[in-house]
Amino acid sequence: MTDTPMRTEPADWATDQEVRWCPGCGDYSILTAMRMLMPELEVDREKTVFISGIGCAARFPYYMNTYGMHGIHGRAPAIATGLAMARPDLDIWVIGGDGDMMSIGGNHLIHALRRNVNINVLLFNNMIYGLTKGQFSPTSEVGKITKSSPMGSLDAPFNPVSVALGAEASFVARTHDMDRQHMMEMFRRAHAHKGAAIVEVFQNCNVFNDGAFEEITKKANRDANLISLEHGDPIRFGVDSEFGVVVEGGVAKVVSVADVGESALLVHDEGKADPSTAFMLSRLARGPFEPTPIGVFRAIHRIEYATSSTSQLAMANDEKGSGDLEALLRSRGTWQV
Amino acid sequence: MTDTAPRELPLQELGEVVIRFAGDSGDGMQLTGDQFTSISAALGNDLATLPEFPAEIRAPQGTLAGVSAFQVRISDFAITTPGDAPTVLVAMNPAALKAQLHNVVQGGSIIINSDAFNERNLEKAGYESNPLEDGTLDGYRSYPVAMSQITRDAVAVHGVKPRDAERSKNFFALGLISWMYTRPVEPTIEFINTKFRGRDQVIQANEAAFQAGYNFGETAELFESHYEIKPAPLPSGEYTNVTGNTALAWGCVAAGHLARLPIFLGSYPITPASDILHDLSALKHFGVRTFQAEDEIAAAASAVGAAFGGALSFTTTSGPGIALKGEALGLAVSLELPMVVIDIQRGGPSTGLPTKPEQADLMMAMYGRHSESPMPIVAPRSPADCFDAAIEACRIALRYRTPVMLLSDGYLATSSEPWLLPDVDTLPDIGVDFHTGFNGTNEDGEGIFLPYLRDPETLARPWAIPGTPDLMHRIGGIEKEDETGNISYDPDNHQKMVNLRAAKIDAVDVPDAEIAGDADASFCMLGWGSTWGAMDAAVARLQLAGHKVAHVHLRHLNPLPKNLGEVLGQFERVICPEMNDGQLVNLVRAKYLLDVKAVNKMNGVPFTTAEIEAAALDAIEAP
Ligand SMILES: Cc1ncc(C[n+]2csc(CCOP(=O)(O)OP(=O)(O)O)c2C)c(N)n1
Ligand code: SF4
Ligand SMILES: [Mg+2]
Repeated sequence: MTDTPMRTEPADWATDQEVRWCPGCGDYSILTAMRMLMPELEVDREKTVFISGIGCAARFPYYMNTYGMHGIHGRAPAIATGLAMARPDLDIWVIGGDGDMMSIGGNHLIHALRRNVNINVLLFNNMIYGLTKGQFSPTSEVGKITKSSPMGSLDAPFNPVSVALGAEASFVARTHDMDRQHMMEMFRRAHAHKGAAIVEVFQNCNVFNDGAFEEITKKANRDANLISLEHGDPIRFGVDSEFGVVVEGGVAKVVSVADVGESALLVHDEGKADPSTAFMLSRLARGPFEPTPIGVFRAIHRIEYATSSTSQLAMANDEKGSGDLEALLRSRGTWQV
Repeated sequence: MTDTAPRELPLQELGEVVIRFAGDSGDGMQLTGDQFTSISAALGNDLATLPEFPAEIRAPQGTLAGVSAFQVRISDFAITTPGDAPTVLVAMNPAALKAQLHNVVQGGSIIINSDAFNERNLEKAGYESNPLEDGTLDGYRSYPVAMSQITRDAVAVHGVKPRDAERSKNFFALGLISWMYTRPVEPTIEFINTKFRGRDQVIQANEAAFQAGYNFGETAELFESHYEIKPAPLPSGEYTNVTGNTALAWGCVAAGHLARLPIFLGSYPITPASDILHDLSALKHFGVRTFQAEDEIAAAASAVGAAFGGALSFTTTSGPGIALKGEALGLAVSLELPMVVIDIQRGGPSTGLPTKPEQADLMMAMYGRHSESPMPIVAPRSPADCFDAAIEACRIALRYRTPVMLLSDGYLATSSEPWLLPDVDTLPDIGVDFHTGFNGTNEDGEGIFLPYLRDPETLARPWAIPGTPDLMHRIGGIEKEDETGNISYDPDNHQKMVNLRAAKIDAVDVPDAEIAGDADASFCMLGWGSTWGAMDAAVARLQLAGHKVAHVHLRHLNPLPKNLGEVLGQFERVICPEMNDGQLVNLVRAKYLLDVKAVNKMNGVPFTTAEIEAAALDAIEAP
């Protein structure tokens, strides 16, 4: 079949619905990146589905001119798993916030990742509950003062990349809402990946957690505080690329290149079967106030869930023949009266 | 054992017998009961079975908690229940006797593995003295048989170690009972050979034990007679023996076939629903995809996702699982997507009595979701009826684009009955068409798709699945504008949508309620679900005793049949036996302002015919 997708423009991917995020919200730039990417992917709108949970981030499907479902809080990965199994032909994106995916839906997320369901998960991490007006979230820092934590939150935060790697996700990346090109690149890679892909997007909630990522994502701070992971390259960063990353004693550490020499630096290998090194990299920064890796942490091949399910169906068909209802009703023995 | 020639024992004809095999959960009682059932089915008896499992997988051996039992009733007439009380008890150890004796009818026969009545086992069962000797069995006909010893002797020639040898004693018991009720030997020999294929020593041992049991009956001078139960005059045709859960699984597959849709099941294991997941998981060659989810929330959510994608979607569970699924079901109500939710009700709340039935999830099915989120409810009334009920639930789900609740219970799930196989070609076509074209125009006269534009007849919205060109649309849990489906917080629109969702379910085409028994009676029994068997049998008994009794049994609990108020209103007295604290009674009273009397039972044991009969007599004779 040569069903080449129709050529589209970013505007073709927009709906007539008024976008209702707060002015200045980081979600706008993510939406723009997605709409701009879509024509490049050469996919059909009708074959594309956005599934979300609940939250500001989760409004995303309403703004994409594709099939979409705004589901219930936290359950988007589970809804998407059912859809991906029933319809392996579709391109499925799953959108949610840090509360949606790390708190109420944390369980569904890790299970979708470990099963390697063919979905692209975009986790908009603003380190806060936006839609419910500013309570601390499972990615908020300890001590966060919010309406529900007036004396500071007690909870140690999750690092979504570490969690995803712990679940042995086959594709794990991170990007941020201040760099459209980087976002588009990460989304493109996630889309190209067969299996579960998760991209953490640092997203600014300018109403309830403004500037949460400023120290690392603001243009002036990026060189010093964003470590861009490039497959096959030694990991270096800094205004003059003066810093690098080494692995020492089972942990990744920032070092001065002048001290250790270029050859001592960790060469990034996103295709490593073992997730341990990627996990070490995910532990480099304690929070978005010190050098933080972005880019693809891990991209390995693992058989995708619906493909396995389909092949079991085919195997059963080969072994038992295509299901025959008459025979089924007689399969436990019959007698004649 | 004696070596005398077979004795000529009188052959007595019986109308029916209710046998309960009871032993330790490791004694193979379910297998024994199942096999006895199969042979009897093949002989043309009508039958009904009731297995009883311990809640623990491996309760300590020899204890009351570890007793596993299987009751089977066979008859030469049509029956609808596994019988109120066994007339024959096979007790493989003291715990089985202790746990089951009180169920047996006075004067009933107790066949006992006397070898198991040693001090240790007696103590484990909590007997202070040996019931075989202390008068416990007075009033019963007891037959102590050294089953373990005879089995060991019989299998010794095959070189089986004594410890393994005893494992075959259930086949000894089966052999003995087969002789008592003149069942043929060959089907069991055949069964042993298929079941244990490749394990020659096991086959030899079980065959030998079975033969030994059969011969023992014939030669030991213990029994006064043996019995024959003639075939029942059942409608002619091809029969199979099914449990409710298997019939449900097959009904789901049949529905997929009749709707020409692939099947998706999202489920999380829970007793007594897991067998449906097991059965469907083995039917991949029917295009069935099963997904064992991480929890019931994911199970329901995945079913919503699959329904959006165009599959015939199911989620199966029991009460605690329904509680978890609630939010996703609210979403399904709001999205107006077809799916079927199967609840195999069990005793609760919480873990309650996980292996015992109850009918106490009716209100949860009706109202157990946030806000106004009506769902049709369908209930099967017998094991085989689960097949038709599954198809009916799917028909409604597809035609009206709605989640439908199917309420079965632990009794229907595991008990079985003969089922006259339907002609597959006569099953209803429940297929619906996916929506493929525009159904509206915008101001510029261009075609557009309105995902919430309803079919005027059914009020169902169009089902347009991803992949359909031009019909891209977004649906979600936020209130939607009528027709367009766009987000709307408009007060009047919300009122309208609440009304529309209710009107759609109210108008589901449910057949009228029918009166069984005497339509001109002044007394009526109203029921739903698995109480049907006992109620039907009670009606027959009451009629025999000269009473006029009507029986209305509901398949559809939401919406209720349109004529139900009128039908019930014509009787002076109506009672409603339920395994709950009066849930249908509450619904019916509220809706029709009728004084329906509740008859409730919640001890985890289905109503007996006698209990219903007594409740009916109370009502009939009340001043
Ligand atoms: C079952 C349920 N519980 C709670 C809520 C309320 N709720 C909606 S969104 C949300 C948190 C949103 O935070 P996040 O997922 O981080 O998304 P954001 O708004 O920050 O994008 C909560 C608690 C809900 N909708 N459903
Ligand atoms: S509350 Fe925050 S996350 Fe939500 S729309 Fe406003 S700025 Fe964006
Ligand atoms: Mg958030």
